[in-house]
Amino acid sequence: MKTELVMLDPTSELSPTERPRRTRPSTIDGMTIGLLDISKRRGDVFLDRIEERLQARGFSVRRYRKPRFSILAPPELKQQIRNECDLVIEALAD
Amino acid sequence: MQSKDTLIAVVKKDCPTCTLIVPVLRQLRAAQPSLTIYTQDDPAFPEGLAPVDDTSLEQSYRLGVQIVPTLIRIDDARETARTYGWDRKEWERVTNVAGLGTGLPDVRPGCGSKTEDPGVAERLAIRYGGFTFQSREVTIDDSADPIEACFDRGWSDGLPVVPPTPERVYAMLKGTTRSPQEVVGQIPPDYGECTVEKAAINAVLAGCKPEYFPVVLAAIEAALAPDFGLHGVLCTTNFIGPVVMVNGPIARAIGMNSGVNALGQGNRANATIGRALQLVVRNVGGGRPGEIDRATLGNPGKYTFCFAEDEEGSEWESFSVEKGFPKDASTVTLFVGDGAAPIVDEISRTPESLARSYAACLRAAHHPKKVIDVAAFLVVTPEHARVFHQAGWSKQRLKSELERLLRIPVAELVRGAGGIDAGILPSEAPDPNGTIPKFRTGSLNIVRAGGGAGKFSAYISGLGSITINPVTKEVRP
Repeated sequence: MKTELVMLDPTSELSPTERPRRTRPSTIDGMTIGLLDISKRRGDVFLDRIEERLQARGFSVRRYRKPRFSILAPPELKQQIRNECDLVIEALAD
Repeated sequence: MQSKDTLIAVVKKDCPTCTLIVPVLRQLRAAQPSLTIYTQDDPAFPEGLAPVDDTSLEQSYRLGVQIVPTLIRIDDARETARTYGWDRKEWERVTNVAGLGTGLPDVRPGCGSKTEDPGVAERLAIRYGGFTFQSREVTIDDSADPIEACFDRGWSDGLPVVPPTPERVYAMLKGTTRSPQEVVGQIPPDYGECTVEKAAINAVLAGCKPEYFPVVLAAIEAALAPDFGLHGVLCTTNFIGPVVMVNGPIARAIGMNSGVNALGQGNRANATIGRALQLVVRNVGGGRPGEIDRATLGNPGKYTFCFAEDEEGSEWESFSVEKGFPKDASTVTLFVGDGAAPIVDEISRTPESLARSYAACLRAAHHPKKVIDVAAFLVVTPEHARVFHQAGWSKQRLKSELERLLRIPVAELVRGAGGIDAGILPSEAPDPNGTIPKFRTGSLNIVRAGGGAGKFSAYISGLGSITINPVTKEVRP
């Protein structure tokens, strides 16, 4: 059975309890874009095509790969992506 | 025919007295079939007597049971008699049945009711006691780490916080007699309303014990006093943050540190009371670093900076008494500080020499040429205090001497003096041959704290201006 833990909000409750998504950038011009292959089958097919199209538009693109799709990205990989890219696209495929 | 009169017994199998009196319960069931037996742990105990499962402890809570076994007589839906433990005479009185438990000892004490187990009372009060919170609930999946969930929501100062569960907040509120919905004030910069309940949630986050809570509330009140100028304190580029100093019996009662390492780490009350105030500013007021908090460097005391004044080891009157509070009053003083700057003088044995050491160090607060908006609390430790005590110097005498020594010649303060461009403008010093006090009258204060070994003192410098001043509030229960 799924149970929940209740906590009481310590804030003045001016913002929603659900964490909002990060706002999307209004433009991606000039950004370095990371493509993260999570090692799920055929994800690379999608990312190869995205890379082709981004490069045709002059974007700087970097490729990354998780060792297995079933695990969280290792901290080193997350740090590397954070330091090298402005934006990351990951492919969930099968 | 069902009698209007009935008996209620509350037992648990884990209690040897409860198991001892099973034959008595059997006797009573025969004499009074409407006897209800609530069992707190094993729903099958006592066997064969059709006990009512009270593993939820709802009935035990509603009946106010503290000891098992408890026996209650109800007449016309009203409780008319009660006893607990096993005492034959008492049980016969309550039941009006004679000859109970022949062969048993006359008296056996009972055991604690499960409602009294640690942490259980809070849970039951929330579930069955009709206690409700006004703050909204945030639910997280049980598989998530609650401490990480608090980090994710931005409730932390960067260190782990204690997850504010309803049970913990309820227990914290028991630390004060004040109503949870009483408004302590509006916390800048958002001017979010801080109720006693919101303060309690943040005190839980900070790791406070409920007995610290009255001190936290007084610290919040002091922070909100107009003289303290909290909005300015939290949004400035300056280093400062609030420093909490506690005086009076409460400091000893809750185990605060005024001795060895008084300004350092390691004491729960010191650490968490200061932190609770900062978390209220962060969470209720929305004062977060990099947003409205624009400190260029800040200081480590912005996690927490809280200590008690050493009153027992001092011959001087305490800061609180100086401010007009009675000696037995518990107070919280809030002032702004940017850290502790050391004064190391292991040689001086006369008050005149030591005062000169203090003045030379205090002169450098903020900048040796800075005389405007500087304030400081000088913290005198036992070994230094002894020098003044032995010479019969009162605190006021030391203060007057420091004021005299800290009148700085204008010639040393003007722009360009000493080859340093920084300094005051000629227009700020009408008399070029005069002097200017380093500290405005009242902006240098002297207090006592510290361990017994070490010929060191310290000063905590900070801003002192028309809008930023120390504030003292009495701690209310």
